[in-house]
Amino acid sequence: MIRSQRWKGAAFTVPFQLGFVFLYLLPIGYAVHQSLFLQKQSGLGLGGATTEFVGLENYQQGLTDSAFMTSILRVVLFACVQIPFMLVISLVLALFLDAVTAKVAGRFRIMLLVPYMIPGVVAAIVWINLYSPEVGPLTPLGALFGFDWNFFAPSMVWPAIGNLLTWHGIGYNMVIIYSALQGVPRELFEAARLDGASELRIALSIKVPFVRGALILTALLSIIQMLQIFNEPALFRNISPETVSDSFTPIMIIYNQAFNAANYNYAAALSVLLALILGVASFLFYRLTSREAD
Amino acid sequence: MALTESRKENGTETAAGPPGGRTVRRLTSPDPAARSRGGQRFVLLGLALASAYSLFPVYWLMIAATKDRVGLYQSNGLWFSDFHLWDNLQQVFTYEDGIFLRWTANSFLYAGVGSLGGTLIALATGYGLARFDFPGRGVVFAAVVGSFLIPIALLTLPLYLMFSKIGLVDTPWAMLIPCLINPFSVYLAKVYTEAAIPFELLEAARIDGAGELRIFFSIVLRMMTTGGATVFLLAFVNTWNAFFLPLTVLRGQENWTLNLGLYNWSGKRLESGIDVTSLVLTGALLSIIPMAIMMVAMRRYWRSGVTMGALK
Repeated sequence: MIRSQRWKGAAFTVPFQLGFVFLYLLPIGYAVHQSLFLQKQSGLGLGGATTEFVGLENYQQGLTDSAFMTSILRVVLFACVQIPFMLVISLVLALFLDAVTAKVAGRFRIMLLVPYMIPGVVAAIVWINLYSPEVGPLTPLGALFGFDWNFFAPSMVWPAIGNLLTWHGIGYNMVIIYSALQGVPRELFEAARLDGASELRIALSIKVPFVRGALILTALLSIIQMLQIFNEPALFRNISPETVSDSFTPIMIIYNQAFNAANYNYAAALSVLLALILGVASFLFYRLTSREAD
Repeated sequence: MALTESRKENGTETAAGPPGGRTVRRLTSPDPAARSRGGQRFVLLGLALASAYSLFPVYWLMIAATKDRVGLYQSNGLWFSDFHLWDNLQQVFTYEDGIFLRWTANSFLYAGVGSLGGTLIALATGYGLARFDFPGRGVVFAAVVGSFLIPIALLTLPLYLMFSKIGLVDTPWAMLIPCLINPFSVYLAKVYTEAAIPFELLEAARIDGAGELRIFFSIVLRMMTTGGATVFLLAFVNTWNAFFLPLTVLRGQENWTLNLGLYNWSGKRLESGIDVTSLVLTGALLSIIPMAIMMVAMRRYWRSGVTMGALK
């Protein structure tokens, strides 16, 4: 390729590069910069605040902030339960779709994808009303079978949110896994059938290993999302502030520090910490799953 | 080998995936005769149950939107009682001088204009990355992929501070500007360009004397309609669904999105003692409609987009 042409090619990416600098790099740099300072009230707090350089003090505080660390632990534990649960259902449904004729699969796929079309906030609003003891049908339905469940009780908040996330995520993850399944060479099944393998055996020994990559990817995407979970607990808090505290998830704490406590510096340090944790978690997960493959 | 029928989605035979055959389309479908009837029944039952679970909340929402206050609280939630859909719609559209319509228009503005600009920038970038070998290309691509891992709070909080310094907070620009730069769109655009635009074609156009800009606007963009539509659709859905960014940068309710407005309404019920449940539910149902129409109308695009983005 001619030299001048290369530079013209680079020019196509200039608008993006400029935007990336102003909307990604600059904000991140600004956040890191802010995280190194602290607003200190002088005297009685009436003389106005001064901003002082405090080095890594905010980070030190963040790492020993029990509310922040608890929220991370809470979200991680929840992720360990909800993500495998959701992905197993998605995988089973993808295998089911793969086992029926194309026409039937097409119809079910549309129905199973309906939740994906609904914005997360709206999905949360709908489920919160379904859970509601006043207007929701789930409470009388439970009573019919002898359950007396209160979805807004502290012990039920995570199952309630977990169900909402699972409902919202199954279709999307199923489609990704299903399209990976389409890539399995069909001859393998014929050969296995000739050898007398059952359909279940074929699914477990041929299909599932084949879609491992898709499973790892959907798990990784889910982990990244889960560590940043905000909408669902925020909406639950809207309805039931006594069960969902304002420090329920890491992002909720960051939001509160920034906008309710007006402590941007600390919020900036916490968001940098969260980014680091997210990076480490993704890296570890990736290493763990790809090492197993070899 | 059971060469029965080729897989086609609801009669759309034209390539659903991006051109160039990147999505592997399977040529054979499993031979139903090869499996036991009991097994098939079990599979169908499983799919039917999962579909019922997926559709149930939407079904309930549709029923609930037709009920007035009394019906909501007292009638069977699973079936219609007195039909009050028109009253509810009127209430949604007239509440606080029709603020709901304002929010709808805002959502369309942010998602529509923001995604259009973002898609154009993404297509140019994707084309540049896929078809030119310039120094620093690897760095740009690494930045694109790396940014998938950046938590939204890390970007949004400093953006809020920066925007408030230059007076953009609480204006439509605070939503529109961040939408212009979408790394995931760039990533998709690059993958689509690699599949759709052959090098030979570009060479031929250059030999004919066409300038690079002209090649991009009159050849590349035209050949990228499928890819471009997918990128636009996914960006639109993303912006329409956004919550943290509008919550942070939009303060006054005249600039809010539908999501933000519904969030506010759903909290009101508790704060001030007025019951706005049917308002929230009817509003929620209405806010799904544009998304549903868009998704169904463009399903052949977003399906390929969803899987492409995931598998590449």
